[in-house]
Amino acid sequence: MPKVIVVTSGKGGVGKTTTAAALATGLAMRGHRTVVIDFDVGLRNLDLIMGVERRVVFDFINVINDGIRLHQALIKDKRVEGLYILPTSQTRDKDALTREGVERVIEELKQEFEYIICDSPAGIEKGAYMALYFADEAVVVTNPEVSSVRDSDRILGIINSRSKRAEEGLEPVRQHLLLTRYDWDRVQRGDMLKLEDVVEILAIPVLGVIPNDPAVLQCSNLGIPVVLEPKSPAGEAYKDAVARLLGQDLPLRFVQPPRRGLVDWLLRRSA
Amino acid sequence: MRLLEFFRLARRRTSSAETAKQRLQVLVALDRSGGVGPDFLPLLQRELLDVIRKYVEVDPGRVKIDFERGPDCSILEVNVELPTQNLARRLAV
Repeated sequence: MPKVIVVTSGKGGVGKTTTAAALATGLAMRGHRTVVIDFDVGLRNLDLIMGVERRVVFDFINVINDGIRLHQALIKDKRVEGLYILPTSQTRDKDALTREGVERVIEELKQEFEYIICDSPAGIEKGAYMALYFADEAVVVTNPEVSSVRDSDRILGIINSRSKRAEEGLEPVRQHLLLTRYDWDRVQRGDMLKLEDVVEILAIPVLGVIPNDPAVLQCSNLGIPVVLEPKSPAGEAYKDAVARLLGQDLPLRFVQPPRRGLVDWLLRRSA
Repeated sequence: MRLLEFFRLARRRTSSAETAKQRLQVLVALDRSGGVGPDFLPLLQRELLDVIRKYVEVDPGRVKIDFERGPDCSILEVNVELPTQNLARRLAV
């Protein structure tokens, strides 16, 4: 049974696109045919994060409105087998998304893919609403920071009341918390909200905690999903999140101070 | 001094920030120029198909359009798969 997963947050700049790219790539690496769709009409960026910006010919909006076939708009990833990207339009606006059009495309994708990842725009306007409407599961990307947690709570409310599953009285959308930019040092110093604090407020299960990691910026510079960066803490944490999405029960990593070696200790002392 | 500069240059050449800048320069130039974007491609595809259909019957699903943006020029590649039988008959006439 194919699954539609929305990656959303309410607030902008928390790591939705990075997360959508990482989860989609991680799922495909585990052998699941996966497509990731950019819902941020007019401000497309998923293509850039996935490193396929030069290969965009047709887009999601062309498929909905201009009679272009889906397979002409899908971009096949050259690094991971079974991974496809459906970019959005850079020139149109969110009114080009119709509920019927989005539904038609998602239904067609369900024939071919196991996972359909919807990368939501920030805000709670039409683009964000369209991205979450057809979702079976939601990954709510949150930073340990007051405005992000508040916006996440708001988006959870919208998922619970305005998604297709909510409107039709079906089993509710499964919600997951993904805490990003987690900085253990600042948590320890009492400068940053703890994982437990965020969980207590939002009251949804944790899919993963992604540590603050310079590899995330380096990877976005290069157009590489961070899960493809070997040994990067953020990449590893995303791989764990993918495993949990697939039902595996893994302990959380990167939520405690990393064990420091002797060299580290000496360097810190001399610094 | 010179040695230091050499290392700095060598490092810069491989830095991810430099790659990011190059990628953005290409993209932003294309975005700003507006008309060069592939927005006209759906219409172009439809018209091309109409012309080809005057001569051969083609399946619209068998048309592949690729567009590769480059810093100096972009390449538009149109691949139309023609059914062998029809074509052979036409050529024989």
